[in-house]
Amino acid sequence: MAFGPYFLLASLEGLVTAAVLALTALGLSLVFGVMRVVNVAHGEFFMLGAVLAWAVSTAFAGHPSVGFVAALFVAPLVVGGAALLSERLVLRRLGYDPEATIVATIGMLYIIQQLALTFYGADARPVQAPFNVRIQLPWFGYSGYKLFVIVAAIVLILAAWFVLTRTKIGLVMRATQYDRETAQAFGIPVDRVYAGVFALGAMLAAVAAVLIVPIQQAHYLMGRDPLLLSFIVVIIGGLGSLRGTVIAALLIGLSDGIISVFFSPTLAKMLATGLVAMVLVFRPQGLFGVPAR
Amino acid sequence: MTALVETRALTRHFGGLKAVESVDFRLDKGEIRAIIGPNGAGKTTFVSLICGRIAPSSGAIVFEGRDITALPAHRRVRAGIAYTFQITSIFPRLTVFDNVALSVQRRLLSAGRPKPSALKAGVGEALERVGLIDRAGTLAGNLAYGHQRLVEIAMGLALEPKLLILDEPTQGLSDGEVEGFIALVREIASDATVLLIEHNMQVVMDLARRITVMNFGRVLAEGSPEEIRANKAVQDAYLGTGSDG
Amino acid sequence: MTITTRDWALHLGVIAILLAANFLLPEYHRGVFSRVLVLAVFAMGYNLLFGYTGLLSLGHAMFFAAGLYGAGLPLYHLGWSVPVSFGTGLMAGIAVAAVVGVLALRTTGVAFMIVTMMFAQVFYLGTLYFTTWTRGEEGLVLSQAMRSVEFGGWSLNLSDPSTRYMLALALFAVVLLAMLWLVRSPFGRTLVAIRENEERMRMLGYDVFRAKLTAVVVSGVFCAAAGAAYGLLFGYVGSGFASIQYSILPLLWVLLGGAATTLGPLLGTLFMFYIIDYSSGVTSAYLLVVGVTLILLVLFFPKGLLGSVRERWLGWLP
Repeated sequence: MAFGPYFLLASLEGLVTAAVLALTALGLSLVFGVMRVVNVAHGEFFMLGAVLAWAVSTAFAGHPSVGFVAALFVAPLVVGGAALLSERLVLRRLGYDPEATIVATIGMLYIIQQLALTFYGADARPVQAPFNVRIQLPWFGYSGYKLFVIVAAIVLILAAWFVLTRTKIGLVMRATQYDRETAQAFGIPVDRVYAGVFALGAMLAAVAAVLIVPIQQAHYLMGRDPLLLSFIVVIIGGLGSLRGTVIAALLIGLSDGIISVFFSPTLAKMLATGLVAMVLVFRPQGLFGVPAR
Repeated sequence: MTALVETRALTRHFGGLKAVESVDFRLDKGEIRAIIGPNGAGKTTFVSLICGRIAPSSGAIVFEGRDITALPAHRRVRAGIAYTFQITSIFPRLTVFDNVALSVQRRLLSAGRPKPSALKAGVGEALERVGLIDRAGTLAGNLAYGHQRLVEIAMGLALEPKLLILDEPTQGLSDGEVEGFIALVREIASDATVLLIEHNMQVVMDLARRITVMNFGRVLAEGSPEEIRANKAVQDAYLGTGSDG
Repeated sequence: MTITTRDWALHLGVIAILLAANFLLPEYHRGVFSRVLVLAVFAMGYNLLFGYTGLLSLGHAMFFAAGLYGAGLPLYHLGWSVPVSFGTGLMAGIAVAAVVGVLALRTTGVAFMIVTMMFAQVFYLGTLYFTTWTRGEEGLVLSQAMRSVEFGGWSLNLSDPSTRYMLALALFAVVLLAMLWLVRSPFGRTLVAIRENEERMRMLGYDVFRAKLTAVVVSGVFCAAAGAAYGLLFGYVGSGFASIQYSILPLLWVLLGGAATTLGPLLGTLFMFYIIDYSSGVTSAYLLVVGVTLILLVLFFPKGLLGSVRERWLGWLP
């Protein structure tokens, strides 16, 4: 086969990766932007979403789309609830101290992983796609579901953008992000905003996981890569910037897809991680961010 | 008189804000100089440029005839420029002794491995001078505010600097403490040059032989206390912004 | 400020007790202790940076693994002797720590944590990528023959439990006393003061960057020594030791035992080993124990065992 079809395939795969990554990273970015803490357990919320999607979809008999749609609602809600609980029980008591929060969320990471291993098991399990359509492209047929994932992610990101920039909730969140004390003085319940943002961040990861799980099987260790990639995206995109996050997700997703087709995925990850570490060292405001003065 | 510090067209901009704009300044050995000016006049930025906490946008700084513009802060301290912070900056979880010992240790390290006896003697001397010798074992964070300021000054003294920069040293002190402070600075000035930023006019008039007035990042006037008191532009600047007496 | 008789008595006493343990402990527990002693060296190296200097790294597995591979690869592939391999392990640790230090120390706080984690991840992926030499996760088994030490007709069998214990203890004792000396030295005081107030230290004339870089390198060397010893004593070199989990474990051990205490790392490592050992009799949920311990520590016990002892009763503890 010639270069063309390979490249198209790699780009499409990259777009799917980018779509899911943008959603996951958006959650991490939101939490970091508003609360100024790094949630290391973010990848585990993603994994939890995928595992729950498997559980819900197998609980529903009949057409796979019924189970999928149910999972699309149930999984994020359960994950959001779990995040809310951990925020109330742990993070709030730590006063959102950045370093203590990282240590605590590492603890959460291990707990969630172990619970998944105990109750779900060490196997990777597939979830059936809600529909099975092949769309004929010039050189090959392509999964209609994967294209749906891309569209769904775009819709969700637009919705998030609308909420953040055009609604009162978004205003409250941005005010809290800008200046916690002043927001408090203006009667914004900062405490509740934090809890809500933490839950929302986890829910975004869970939605992304539900979308990806018919393509990638659910496994209790599947949270590692999304965590690392989300970090990379958030750092490159500039912390707390929605636009930067989306652009960086596209960049990383596409290059990951393309490089993985032509090179070893391990080498690709190695280079990407090293490069991003360098970005953080030499340009901590991200490639698209503005220096803080 | 020989100049200890000289700045030439020293400038620092923060984005569009001209915090310090083309300042030519000269400080002679053995002087006590006060810098005054309304809030936001660029006083702290200016002394921060001299001690190296902030890098200049342009211009040059000369210390003892040597250009130190490119020298990092810690090297300037070793060359003899000590800075005491406007907002008290000590080690609250260490004892008063250990706080000052860090200064003495730094000075002794330049001459080789510090001996414990020399360390003890150096700390004792500095604490004696500021009158905190009986508090040596107290955690610095547990001291009253006025005493914390004295720890800060003791740390500066213990470096045995040629130039001691004091950034609003009397802020938050009681009247009695201010008097003790004035006596202390006179005593310090016998072997070091003192540059202080001060809002308390009583302290300025008592201590300074010359005064530099800054406004909007520039030097507005310079002269003896009497000259400054009589200066029309200075009166306008203070009345104009309605700040500090 | 100098090392007091009391300090000497405490530390030499601990070493003496551990020496006696070689002859008193049942076989199984002597094996556990051998591992704990080597890993406690890892924890002490971590503690120098995290506890005393206040730099929280999430990438120390990289230094441990640098020692592990630095010693294991030449031994396995080139047939170098055990002492020389131990030396190359230390060299690898110095090199990696110096490079990572120069780069990562440009950042602070959360960025420092993430950068160290990412460099460690690159190192880990590297051990997987160069699988021809490392055999990735499967790892290299260093046979007993490779690990025999001979000097002039006298030979040392590193798989003999007693020899292994004594060598582990020797390394532990050297690093423990080095830590004690360091902590009581002007340099140790400099590091603690940087942790407390970095800007003030700079304005007292200290070269903060150089002090922190030295701390990273010394910490890296201790961790590499632990890694090299671990590979040579227990005969296995695998990429699992470079994974993020081995960056988290020393943090956990130090937090548990007490950050910025000389003996806390030993105590934390020992406790954690036995907590997992006993709980594994009840449940296989090893990760759960680690996770819950971490959260409980940061929530209710941030000073750890010895940190709390020092705060309440023994203010002089180094």
